[in-house]
Amino acid sequence: MLKLKNKFGIERDISGCGLCGIINTKRVKTTGSDIKKAISVEHDRGNGLGGGFAVYGNYENYAGLYAFHIMYDNLSAKSSVEEYLKNNFVIDKEEPIPTSKTSKITEHPYLHRYFMKPKSDRQDKLFHDLGDDDFVVQSVMLINENYDGAYVFSSGKNMGVFKGVGYPEDIADFYKLDEVEGYMWTAHNRFPTNTPGWWGGAHPFTLLDWSIVHNGEISSYGINKRYLEMYKYNLSLKTDTEVITYILDILIRKHGLPIELATLVLAAPFYQSIDKMNNEKKELLTALRQIYGSALLNGPFAIVFGYSGGMVAMNDRIKLRPLVAATMGDFTYVASEEAAIRAICPSPDLVWSPRAGEPVIVKFEEPVPQKGRVIGL
Amino acid sequence: MITIDAKGMYYRDLNRLIREGIAKGVKKFFLENVNGQYYIGDGIKGDDIVINVNGVPGNDLGAFMDGPTIIVNDNAQDNVGNTMNAGKILIKGDAGDVVGYGMRGGRIYILGNAGYRVGIHMKGYNEQLPVIIIGGKVGSFFAEYMAGGVIILLGLNDTGDTGSDYFAVGMHGGVIYLRKKIDFSKYSKEVELYEADDNDMAFLKKYLSEYADSFNISIEDIMGGSFYKIVPSSARPYAHLYTSA
Repeated sequence: MLKLKNKFGIERDISGCGLCGIINTKRVKTTGSDIKKAISVEHDRGNGLGGGFAVYGNYENYAGLYAFHIMYDNLSAKSSVEEYLKNNFVIDKEEPIPTSKTSKITEHPYLHRYFMKPKSDRQDKLFHDLGDDDFVVQSVMLINENYDGAYVFSSGKNMGVFKGVGYPEDIADFYKLDEVEGYMWTAHNRFPTNTPGWWGGAHPFTLLDWSIVHNGEISSYGINKRYLEMYKYNLSLKTDTEVITYILDILIRKHGLPIELATLVLAAPFYQSIDKMNNEKKELLTALRQIYGSALLNGPFAIVFGYSGGMVAMNDRIKLRPLVAATMGDFTYVASEEAAIRAICPSPDLVWSPRAGEPVIVKFEEPVPQKGRVIGL
Repeated sequence: MITIDAKGMYYRDLNRLIREGIAKGVKKFFLENVNGQYYIGDGIKGDDIVINVNGVPGNDLGAFMDGPTIIVNDNAQDNVGNTMNAGKILIKGDAGDVVGYGMRGGRIYILGNAGYRVGIHMKGYNEQLPVIIIGGKVGSFFAEYMAGGVIILLGLNDTGDTGSDYFAVGMHGGVIYLRKKIDFSKYSKEVELYEADDNDMAFLKKYLSEYADSFNISIEDIMGGSFYKIVPSSARPYAHLYTSA
């Protein structure tokens, strides 16, 4: 039985969770020390059962390759996964993820990373012709579901997730994030509710370039899960947050919805609000609700998600979780508490609390080419 | 009088210093470099105690407070004055969500905006009259289930609607005063809107003068023009939810 998975009893706790995000729209990089300082102000929002970070722009030398971060329970899990990887990917470089021996994190799985791309002559080409992204998604699902003791927790390009069981500031020290640089960071301090605190269950949750940190509970998990399973997403992580990552993948990457519309699916306006809109908008939002009713997130949440083009922070539709945003020059900061932002940006140009369901969308100034179709608003 | 440099200080240590100071007879506190420390001034007593906060205090500022005054020279986070019993909290910036939850006495004056769920479950009894005054605008669920006390919403420097969805939903006691008329049809069916009368204006003058003095603004700028008041249609809006009238 997989040690990584579900070794803790499931009990209910009062939800806290803290989150933070930093983005520089001109892609100016900061080290992990800033985000660590910010999230450590929200120390008491977590309980040491999960902390993590996503960073974008940290693998410039391998920017064209998929950077897999994989945690292993034991070396036999590692060798069986590596056999799969070697059969299907060209591995440019692989190495243990650098960790500190002196941090407070003493118990941890094997943590390994691989920079690679899918082989052009891989076996599955005999059956179908998946694009590289789709093949990576399929591989992540396959490993997480079928390889006991192995879990892919990062699979994007020029980005990486560093997470585990512990307070986020300790996790940052463990992964030596003070030495890592990126132009966008998100961070999470976990207070597990409903599901166990295990290494794979720490946030951020990722798939390809999508990374999600989340404070709250997704009451619609069941319907979201069934919807995603129809499209071959395996939900194996025992955490509601996982669904958000896959919903973004299907809406934006697969169906080509612009970010703005995707956020209106996640936190769809109530029909009573839609009724008051002009006809064009009413038609659009009614259609979104009808088509994507099963992708609507119900329940209290504040989320921050990163992707190759920028960062989005948003609340549920009646604002049942805190979220504050601030700007300072080319930087935008978001956090559960204003104090987290003030710790690294004492006098922002602007501080505000986004309204319920109203996303804060920050895009990089020179956007990377968007994949997929774009539907005009 | 004591000054405490709260930079990097854990909330328990900061609050212990405040409590120890009060026990020793200190009346005036200056807290410098506050950033996110929770529970400042919670449950403390003493009408003559004043705590000055420089920086952004953490959640649950002045919860259960019973007499003292807290002055925040910046923004405040969530749950300001949670279940507060007496005293005064002044906030010179914005306040976060859930201001004055279940508040049962004292005053919270906010110069800027306040977030969602201001004054929910607020209550009053006999001489206990909690009062919240907001200078800017508020988020949804304003005064939800309000049972007593007074909230004054000024909407200064703001062109849009000062209120938002679910305004005064479930309100069954107390009074809300508005400086700007709102599109009432958008809001709760359980409340009624009237123009403020002379008695109301006298009440408003008393509290708004104190508000204006606190923030060094002119009372004329606030009080010029008429005010509106919102009161519940019924003290028991759900009396017949399960039974016929």
